[in-house]
Amino acid sequence: MDISIVSLIATLIVAATPILLAATGELIVEKAGVLNLGVEGMMIVGAISGFIAAVNTSSPFMGFVMAAVAGAILSYLFAILTQVLLANQVASGLALTLFGLGLAALMGNSYSGVKPPSTPKMEWFGLADIPVVGPILFNHDLMVYFSIFLVFAVWVFLKFTRGGLILRAVGENHDAAHALGYKVVRIRVLAILFGGACAGLGGAYLSLIRVPQWTEGMTAGAGWIALAIVVFASWKPWRLVLGAYLFGGVTILQLNLQASGVDIPVSYLSMAPYLVTILVLVIMSADRTRASLNAPASLGKIFHASS
Amino acid sequence: MIRLELRTDPSRAMVALTPLLAVLATMIVGGLLFATMGKNPFEAIRMIFWDPLFGEFAFYYRGQILIKAAPLIMIALGLSFGFRAGIWNIGAEGQFIMGAVIGGATGLALYPLDSFIVFPLMIVMGAFGGFVWGMIPAFLKIKFNANEILVSLMLVYVAINFLSGMVTGVLRNPEGFNFPESRSFQNFPAANNAELWAGTGIHWGVLMTLGLVIAAYLMLTRHIFGFNIRLAGQAPRAAKFAGVSPNKMIAICLGLSGALAGMAGLFEVTGPAGKLSTTFPVGYGFTAIIVAFLGRLHPVGILLAGLLLAVTYVGGDIIQSKLSLPKASIQVFQGMLLFFLLAVDVLVNFRIRFAKRGRA
Amino acid sequence: MTLIDLNGLTKAYPGVIANDDVSFDIDVGEVHALLGENGAGKSTLVKMIYGLVKPDSGTMTFMGEPFAPAEPRAARLAGVAMVFQHFSLFEALNVAENIALGMENPPKPQVLSERIRDVSTKYGLTLDPDRLVGDLSVGERQRVEIIRCLLQDPKLLIMDEPTSVLTPQEVDVLFKTLRRLRDEGTSILYISHKLEEIKALCERATILRRGKVVGTCIPKDETAKSMAEMMVGAKLMTPKKSKTTFGDVLLAVDGMSLKSLDPFGTSLKNITLNLRAGEVMGIAGVAGNGQDELMLALSGEALSDADGITMEGAAIGQSGPTDRRLRGLLSAPEERLGHAAAPDMSLIENTLLSGFHRQKLGRRGFVNKAGAEAFAQKIVDEFDVRTPSVRNVAKSLSGGNLQKFVVGREVLQDPKVLVVNQPTWGVDAAAAAAIRQSLLELASGGAGVIVISQDLDELMEISDTFAVLSEGAMSTPRPAKGVTVEEIGLMMGGTKV
Repeated sequence: MDISIVSLIATLIVAATPILLAATGELIVEKAGVLNLGVEGMMIVGAISGFIAAVNTSSPFMGFVMAAVAGAILSYLFAILTQVLLANQVASGLALTLFGLGLAALMGNSYSGVKPPSTPKMEWFGLADIPVVGPILFNHDLMVYFSIFLVFAVWVFLKFTRGGLILRAVGENHDAAHALGYKVVRIRVLAILFGGACAGLGGAYLSLIRVPQWTEGMTAGAGWIALAIVVFASWKPWRLVLGAYLFGGVTILQLNLQASGVDIPVSYLSMAPYLVTILVLVIMSADRTRASLNAPASLGKIFHASS
Repeated sequence: MIRLELRTDPSRAMVALTPLLAVLATMIVGGLLFATMGKNPFEAIRMIFWDPLFGEFAFYYRGQILIKAAPLIMIALGLSFGFRAGIWNIGAEGQFIMGAVIGGATGLALYPLDSFIVFPLMIVMGAFGGFVWGMIPAFLKIKFNANEILVSLMLVYVAINFLSGMVTGVLRNPEGFNFPESRSFQNFPAANNAELWAGTGIHWGVLMTLGLVIAAYLMLTRHIFGFNIRLAGQAPRAAKFAGVSPNKMIAICLGLSGALAGMAGLFEVTGPAGKLSTTFPVGYGFTAIIVAFLGRLHPVGILLAGLLLAVTYVGGDIIQSKLSLPKASIQVFQGMLLFFLLAVDVLVNFRIRFAKRGRA
Repeated sequence: MTLIDLNGLTKAYPGVIANDDVSFDIDVGEVHALLGENGAGKSTLVKMIYGLVKPDSGTMTFMGEPFAPAEPRAARLAGVAMVFQHFSLFEALNVAENIALGMENPPKPQVLSERIRDVSTKYGLTLDPDRLVGDLSVGERQRVEIIRCLLQDPKLLIMDEPTSVLTPQEVDVLFKTLRRLRDEGTSILYISHKLEEIKALCERATILRRGKVVGTCIPKDETAKSMAEMMVGAKLMTPKKSKTTFGDVLLAVDGMSLKSLDPFGTSLKNITLNLRAGEVMGIAGVAGNGQDELMLALSGEALSDADGITMEGAAIGQSGPTDRRLRGLLSAPEERLGHAAAPDMSLIENTLLSGFHRQKLGRRGFVNKAGAEAFAQKIVDEFDVRTPSVRNVAKSLSGGNLQKFVVGREVLQDPKVLVVNQPTWGVDAAAAAAIRQSLLELASGGAGVIVISQDLDELMEISDTFAVLSEGAMSTPRPAKGVTVEEIGLMMGGTKV
């Protein structure tokens, strides 16, 4: 067996980034008290939209921009359903995913087998040549660093700004926030749009960098895993990084095991990421007191201003 | 300025009317979508909704509709109980697969035994396979408070991989030139779920589905179990007050929906699909979610919604071959249907008021 | 000098006119009472002043200027502050964060914490800015609300039923604070239905009934009775009990302890009581001291040690609600909509919640719809529940009518023991009297009744024995006769300073 630890870590970061991006967006959505189960749908629409934009403009940057826009547009449907028309959030999220999977397949019909423009790696003035640290830390594309920056920004926003305080208040008790005069619906719609844009970016990272090509259903549950990682992180931004990288590690490890021809059938190795996700969910949910203390208290509840 | 006003009593008329509105809206927007793809929208809509039932080849399509509707309805019936109680099993696809694998494996293990007991045993084992797969999220939810939505969904991917492991491993057809598929049930009469009357599409699964619709209807409307399910979904604390144990509810709902999905999988693999293979999962478990909602979580509604979705499946095949539209377009169509249903649902509990701007 | 003048305010909701041509004014530095029963339209009126609800017609002037706040923010900027009856607080956030959320331009966190400490010492309202609100007692939570208002230097402070959640000693502290504010020139609009308090605190009172102003008075010159009659619009009879001898012990709780499942809940500690046939036991306490948990433990929704609770000698601590009902132990929880009744189900279906097994409303699990309907009709008839039909959903009933239905559903099932939590909370006076009367009649017929309530007047009126819940522990039940309000206050743990 020949698995280099350094390249393993470097690739696990790439494997984790799409999930980290989507999970960061979902964290904000859930902190505002909304459960959007449509992450998978938004991711895959982001993946194909970004792919189409990047191929047609030959610019990966345009790809990512369009992916974020597409994710946000799709999430806006969810926002209208749940915030304006007061539909059940679980059902609406599922609808978003089913619709998104179909829409993406339709959009991508003629893009199978096309090669996207490659995304350049960041130039760190030779730091990438440092042994061990270089390949792990300084040999990535811009989006990897952006995803970390995004987590940092979300952390600062939630912990230190008034906007973050209001967002948390809305997620904690929407009736009280409304009584104090905060625009619950408007705040939630904005959070949902942010979540959609992040999911779109995550999807585009899959189709433009991680794979990189378009295949139907290519997200293969990544959106759902992002949802699980938000629970794993107990709604704390920095723990998202840990969760996403742990998941990335398992994925890369099982891929390497497959490649190295271990005597376990490929099918069973491929189960690993999903089984680990279940395991992690179980461990993090088992302490009911902690789980309910950290979860936004209004999560998934419908808000209707009766007065 | 549009304002929503809460109704004191939910509108019964709207409960029946909104699915029709949703179908209508889907036809209009779907038509526009086809138009942007350069197809004649009226022709496309006719091919999806009319031709399967009354077109030139309807005699063939009608049987196909029943074949596709049966698993959708059977799965959706199981899901509807949980959805009413606020227990979200969205991994029916996985339970469907596991039912087919476990039930199918039981039959294959007995090959070529020619006994009347083989098929009933396979049905039981199919239901059992789905039941076990549904009880995993139930157990993890009760014991560890793990979210059943995510666990049941993750288990779909595990089941897909398990299926592919099986058909490339122990269940691979020994006379099949190494293709990743099992022995065909069509060549194993004791385990074959064949058409009961040629050309009608009616197989044992269709009859079972009908029986289950009636049983579910009685349970939901007449039995205290159905009442408790509704109560648990609408007012969980009131359900506890009434003595309904939430844990028992979780176990029953997930176990039941798993068993029904598993049974649907067994009927599918021994009949229409004919064998276990990596292409066996076609998403019935997910489409059944749409069926359950479109049918308002009511058995009769689910029966109608299942037939409608089956029509769109057959219609989808027609536009695929005649208008060379991609297969995914029908998936978009179905997703849209659920979207519009959820959107117009607001009319059930709210009245829409138009007020002048500035005086909201 | 007039601070705020309300002129012809009208607000209608579908099916009900909440406020009908309401006019009155409040002077600078006046404590003005707004008096009325539940459902008289007090809440709607103050929401209009606070900018949460827009009047259909009518005008307001504030310090001589036209006043029409489009949102609470505008009202706050003008100098209106409000302490809500159901606090608008966030349990998972700390005191300082909660206060910052209620301010327009909050200072930096450290500065804010300092100011919170200053104001709380100045007005004698002790509060630690860094504590999580979820960990505070109800009285402390009210302080958070009050300090949030005081930091804005309000000209008008609206207080909605502020004393319903306080111990008598805490009420004294609150009144001192309010009087001091008044002396500093702040006007206070004080909403209540407690007449003695209004006599003690307020200069003028405006009385609302069914959305209309039915009178104004100077509380000092009135008796509690005369104001009550203006408020209710009819003379009220006090319920009476016919018998005061007790039979055997029916329900015994012996040293029961139970951990609360809610992270902000109160765990029960070593509860002991013996309820005899014919006895009405009143259990007092400020909300959040374990009332809900005690209710759940007695109804069977929360299970304790098997021997912790015995019913006629049988250990039932591990039995669920259905089993306890079959033994004759029935209950009516506090929250009507969502706990005691399912909001979106008809009254017929709501009989099944507690009546399915005990009233035999089914066979082999199949529901006997005619039987359930007949039982629902019986409740509606005997308890004078005002509803168009038993087919209407529970949430379409007014609070008082639904409460009569809930209590009636249990009383008519011939319980041996009935446990009720806050039986008359948010209920109009006539319905409250009817409910108390029915509980007394039940006890006279030989049943044991436990009434958990925050309303001391109610408990003094109907209890034979009396106990107090404080932080999950219960005092030894004692005869109710001769207990004074001061004693009860001390039993409740007094004021936390």
